[in-house]
Amino acid sequence: MMLMAWAALALPARADAGLEQREAELAAKLRCVVCQNQTVAESQAPIAKDMRQEIRAQLAQGRSDADVVAFFEQRYGSFVRYTPPWRPTTWLLWCGPFVAVFAGLALLRRTLKQRQTGAAPLTTAERERADDWLRQPDEESRP
Amino acid sequence: MRFALPLAIFLALAVMLGLGLQRDPRALQTALLNQPAPAIARPLLEDPRQQFDQASLRGQVWLLNVWASWCAPCRQELPLLVEFSRRDQVPVYGLNYKDQPDKARALLRVAGNPYVASAVDADGRTGMDFGIQGVPETFVIDGQGRVRYRHLGPVTAEVWQQKLLPVVKAVQ
Amino acid sequence: MIAELGVFSMVLSLIVAFVLACLPLAGAQLGIRSWVALARPAAALHCLLSLLSIAILTWCFRAGDFSVLYVAANSHSELPMMYKLTAVWGGHEGSMLLWQVMLACWTLAVAWRSRALPPAFVARVLAVLGWISVGLLLFLLFLSNPFTRLVPAALEGKDLNPLLQDPGMVFHPPLLYMGYVGFAVPFAFALAALISGELGAAWARWSRSWTLAAWGFLTLGILLGSAWAYYVLGWGGWWFWDPVENASFMPWLLGTALLHSLIVTDQRGAFRSWSALLAICAFSLCLLGTFLVRSGVLTSVHAFAVDPGRGLFILCFIVAVVGTSLWLFAWRAAALGQGGGQFGMLSRETLLLVNNVLFSAAALAVLLGTLYPLALDVLSDEKISVGPPYFQAVFLPLVLPAVALMGVGAVARWKLGTWAEIWRRLRAALAWSAVCAVVLVLSNGRLGPRISPATLLGVTLGLWCVLSTLAHAWQRLAPAWREGQGWQRLARQPWGWWGMLMAHAGVGIFVLAVSLADGLESKRETSVAQGETVELAGYRFRFDSLAPAAGPNYDAQRAQFSVRHGNEQWLMYPEKRVFRAQTMGLSQAAIDSGWTRDVFVALGEPLDEAGSRWTVRLQIKPFMDWIWLGTLMMALGAGLSLMDTRFRVARQRLPQRAPKALQERLS
Repeated sequence: MMLMAWAALALPARADAGLEQREAELAAKLRCVVCQNQTVAESQAPIAKDMRQEIRAQLAQGRSDADVVAFFEQRYGSFVRYTPPWRPTTWLLWCGPFVAVFAGLALLRRTLKQRQTGAAPLTTAERERADDWLRQPDEESRP
Repeated sequence: MRFALPLAIFLALAVMLGLGLQRDPRALQTALLNQPAPAIARPLLEDPRQQFDQASLRGQVWLLNVWASWCAPCRQELPLLVEFSRRDQVPVYGLNYKDQPDKARALLRVAGNPYVASAVDADGRTGMDFGIQGVPETFVIDGQGRVRYRHLGPVTAEVWQQKLLPVVKAVQ
Repeated sequence: MIAELGVFSMVLSLIVAFVLACLPLAGAQLGIRSWVALARPAAALHCLLSLLSIAILTWCFRAGDFSVLYVAANSHSELPMMYKLTAVWGGHEGSMLLWQVMLACWTLAVAWRSRALPPAFVARVLAVLGWISVGLLLFLLFLSNPFTRLVPAALEGKDLNPLLQDPGMVFHPPLLYMGYVGFAVPFAFALAALISGELGAAWARWSRSWTLAAWGFLTLGILLGSAWAYYVLGWGGWWFWDPVENASFMPWLLGTALLHSLIVTDQRGAFRSWSALLAICAFSLCLLGTFLVRSGVLTSVHAFAVDPGRGLFILCFIVAVVGTSLWLFAWRAAALGQGGGQFGMLSRETLLLVNNVLFSAAALAVLLGTLYPLALDVLSDEKISVGPPYFQAVFLPLVLPAVALMGVGAVARWKLGTWAEIWRRLRAALAWSAVCAVVLVLSNGRLGPRISPATLLGVTLGLWCVLSTLAHAWQRLAPAWREGQGWQRLARQPWGWWGMLMAHAGVGIFVLAVSLADGLESKRETSVAQGETVELAGYRFRFDSLAPAAGPNYDAQRAQFSVRHGNEQWLMYPEKRVFRAQTMGLSQAAIDSGWTRDVFVALGEPLDEAGSRWTVRLQIKPFMDWIWLGTLMMALGAGLSLMDTRFRVARQRLPQRAPKALQERLS
């Protein structure tokens, strides 16, 4: 009995290679809810095996990829999607770094331009002080 | 003033992390919260000729406990469930997950049977419909058949008093 | 008795650290010479006491003292001696102690090597490091004491986690922590500069060596971690974008940015406050990483024992350290002044800063990806997960342009570069890269397997990096070569230049190797019975036999596979181990490494009771070892640069009176 169960789980009949490809792709897009850092495709957890079987069954019934993902999302929440969804709450996640790059480059450009307009010229009093100092003997500043 | 920006961002981050300390990252909020509980169209453990009758449970608050004989923590929580469900008058139904009926029945004989009835989920599909991550898990289902709470892991005295019972009282 | 001595030495260490933290700082502020002079001896004593405490812990492990809770939880009498000693840092308490001891060692190193710097400045640096030590020791003594007794003593220990019983465990944590903790030094330098407020850009030059050293160690630490995951974990992967991996990667990214911005601040005196901010942020990310790993806010295969109580303390510690430093930054950054004059859009300064922008954004991407699920959960109860697809989509587009610009930055002139100049210097490298790209595109699929556009891009980019680095070297040496002075010119190049060449070439090789290994790899997961042969990418694997085997503390099933490829034939022995003290099973992959490819065989699960049929994972990964080579070259580059004497501050007698005299002059 156990042997048959094992065999059934491990070596199911592969009728259609195209379906197999889709199944592998879908399994790689879903996260295992037990071994949470692995995909359903990679995980050896029993629940992952069940999920792979379920994917196979649903694809065989003719469901689309989106339907299968929705099926799992309904049961496990958005967590099960390995790639975070594109939603208003995740715009910061997806766009944040790129916005940061553009902001950083813009800031850099502005700072460079500011430097190129040069420092303010010396006032007369400051110029006199500078001349005065330059005329002083050098002893004190030598090490 | 722009020099103070990093400090502001950091403090916001620290607050967020502080709040995050109180959460358990492994526990997925059940996706079924406030949704109708999935159908459990399964035979009973006690009598395989009968089906689990979910419709008759309308109007009362009940707990669904997912368990199996191969799961050690389930063994430990069975006597506790017997005690608490009787003391606080909360009906507990079981979902026997990917188990063998003989072993399941044997366990209930040895450790105690808190369940009014237990449905047999041989292939795990019903468990998947409930979005379980592992065994044991306990769901609180209200009178309209909606899932109101899900607890991951075994039920202890603390869990019962502080997590399950308040929800049960609140939805009654 | 010995364990209590350990606690005692930690308490003494705390007291000395507290003295180190307070007196020299006050002395530098108030001008009290004797307090300032206290800094170096205090640092030495503190380091000695910290080393003593970890030596005592090591002794407890060596002696197998199971009356100490930490030893009982992480050791076993049958554990080989090597692992008994590395178990010292196998759990939370011990690794935290290692953190603190490393910090004490870095503090001593700074004290020892800074004799030429102004004493008041050094006092401030050491005091900052002392404060961090104080925080760590308080945490250790009150919340994570490795010497806590177990009453009654255990008869036998719970054994070290089997995953950690590997030679990699000997080197990976210490090297990683050396890097992590090492970033405290540039942090302390930046803070000392902010506190004193009177030094313009000198602190940047002084910090460069320390930043290089910390960065080098961190690179090695991350390399070892990846290599260990690859050789031990049995999945064939080497980077998983796991939160703990990200926690070590973020400081590395900012550390790279810091290395380059310090060049600008040192050579040109520009962007001082930006360098200071980077130094603060790099170390803050190190502290944040420690928090993430030990507090339980994130799930990870690496995470230590989860304890929100400890997490809260670490968070408070982080708020204290980072909050104070950022507040100091807000208050004093303006006092650092703006130096450096002007430089053009195409100058080396600008390109170094573009590197900074890109690397900082990349670090932000990793931070966002790691913390976003937590943030969403806290703010809106929504649970999402972020995995490799996100990082690949967001991180790569940020870092690849930086890598591409690497070659350009190295040849650009300071202050004012021109397109014409850069074109002249790089046109050969660009031409050769373009030719290779075209050849690859045209021959795609004809000479071997088809490669994807992403792989093509990666290969071209890697080639470009290597070629542009060689072009840069050529530019400098060619004129002298033509005159027959080649060797003299070569010998006169400073170590820092060789370091840069090595590191940049290493980056190129790394990019090239990753593109080839990921783009051209062949994978197969299938089941095989004894006597059967499976084929993959021209390699034939025959499952010969399965035999029981035993190690010092595990029992295993050892399979023999004979592999044939062309004319070669050899044997491989993947194992499935079960450790006796813990019932965890572990698949030990058999990896045949070669210069052009790695062959990877791992056992999965037995498909029947007799074990005559198993699932196996087979992988062929081309050029896998070049990934390690590229990373090693980066670390080696840092090492070479450290030998550069230009970074060393000459022993000068800086007049103590000078600042006051100048004040009078200018007022």
